[in-house]
Amino acid sequence: MRKVAVVGVGMTKFGPSEKTQVEMFAEAALEAIDGSNIETRDIQALFVGNALGGFVEGQFNIAPLLASELGLSADTPSNRFEGACASGSVAIRDAFMLVAAGYHDLVLVGGTERCTVMGTPMATRTFAMASDSRYEEFNGITFPGVFAMVAHLYSQKYGIPLKKLKERMAMVAVKNHKNGTMNPLAHFQKEITVETVLKGFMVADPLQLLDCCPFSDGAAAIVLASEEVAKKLTDKPVYIRGVGQGSAGPLYRQKDLTVPAARVAAAKQAYGMAGVKPSDIDVVELHDCFTIAEIVASEALGLFEYGTGSEAVERGESQIGGRVAINPSGGLKAKGHPIGATGVAQAYEIVKQLRGECGARQVKGAKLGLTDTLGGDLATMVNIIYGI
Amino acid sequence: MAYPLTHRQYYEGLKAGKLLGLKCGKCGAITAPPKINCLQCNGADLEVVELSGQAEIKTFTVVRVPPEGMTAPYVVALAELAEGPWLMGNLEVADPGAVTMDIIGRKVTVGHKVVPADLYSAGEGVAVTFSICGSPPPSGREAVKKMIC
Ligand SMILES: [Zn+2]
Repeated sequence: MRKVAVVGVGMTKFGPSEKTQVEMFAEAALEAIDGSNIETRDIQALFVGNALGGFVEGQFNIAPLLASELGLSADTPSNRFEGACASGSVAIRDAFMLVAAGYHDLVLVGGTERCTVMGTPMATRTFAMASDSRYEEFNGITFPGVFAMVAHLYSQKYGIPLKKLKERMAMVAVKNHKNGTMNPLAHFQKEITVETVLKGFMVADPLQLLDCCPFSDGAAAIVLASEEVAKKLTDKPVYIRGVGQGSAGPLYRQKDLTVPAARVAAAKQAYGMAGVKPSDIDVVELHDCFTIAEIVASEALGLFEYGTGSEAVERGESQIGGRVAINPSGGLKAKGHPIGATGVAQAYEIVKQLRGECGARQVKGAKLGLTDTLGGDLATMVNIIYGI
Repeated sequence: MAYPLTHRQYYEGLKAGKLLGLKCGKCGAITAPPKINCLQCNGADLEVVELSGQAEIKTFTVVRVPPEGMTAPYVVALAELAEGPWLMGNLEVADPGAVTMDIIGRKVTVGHKVVPADLYSAGEGVAVTFSICGSPPPSGREAVKKMIC
């Protein structure tokens, strides 16, 4: 297997946008291509994460339209990947494998999504389509509802009173919003307080408005290259050191939602391939679609012991400058969550961090970074480890 | 290989007041809702059995921001059947907005409700409901088992 590097990255501002999915993708893609010191025609394959295009724009099969928009030649395969909110990271992992295997030398991977134009009721409906349509959707389960059930289960399992847990969950939102103020591409650019979070309206008990990530529009793109090609293009290649992907069934089959089996499996694969331990990781972009989601993820990734993730937040261990910086970009919570683009935006942040290009939110001396992306009901999990 | 119990047969069972499941001839585990093989051992020697309909609430939420086509608030819960599997269902209570974590651990009985079709549902659906043991279900709903818990 060959070594694979990221040689260029691009990303639009996240948040409400009037641009189409194709336009947002093309802007992010050209930034990544320009930054890679290649020509558009050098791209040998295009992989894109996109989940809701059929509902938002009436657009299926967006990948060849993106290839055409960029001016790629007719012999460039282009594929759309759908793994709900993990779509972008699923695309990166598959692209990595094809470059590692020697099939391609240069692949453009991106994600694009529009969510805001649907409005809350329809966006809530489409996000819930990642639940089991036979035995969950008819109950009116929503995506916040899933993580609300995780929060209650977590409080019960570890004997942390809900009031205490909710304060610590609010601290996740406060931290990620603070990080977001240092990221010019973030959806939200404003600091919040624990009090503001606890005053928000209830979305799905016990999750209040600011426990939830927003519906966002946006796109991100990266260019993957074989080591040999990467060395010719850049003196700052960021290597993909390990990848992992796991799958799990509907919530009622998973039972203990506080220890997502697919994430445990994916993380084990990624750490194993990279030959590193959780304590070696300097910076993490993980799937904080809800505040409780960050706490649960930080434990299953081995960054904190099970049942201690919320205390770790309270102690500031996941802040920039803490034991391990979690979501310096602002995370899904403040940077925003245009779902197909999210995994690629996580890669964008980690690459920028490892290159030392993150300004005020730079994690000093970061050499090893981890991304964690979740799709559906803790069902698709992708972990990728990047290093310099 | 054919399904021993299809999605359609399972929900027709619920509509007839029966909670059906599959008993594995190899490991003895109960699978519900149905699947093509055993959830424990992947074995395919499965017998259709009627389950007790008794369960215990493990976790829940009160949905206050509903998807298109639904009216909030309502309670979504996961409950563990006496036979082992977990089911998702709607807790049938007079005041869904007032449900708190005290509900975790409460015994419930499984019922059902028919959900009309929408554009994306491939026809009508049948959703599991939970009624708290010792308190009658709200009018218009019928528990599968008459408060035998
Ligand atoms: Zn079995």
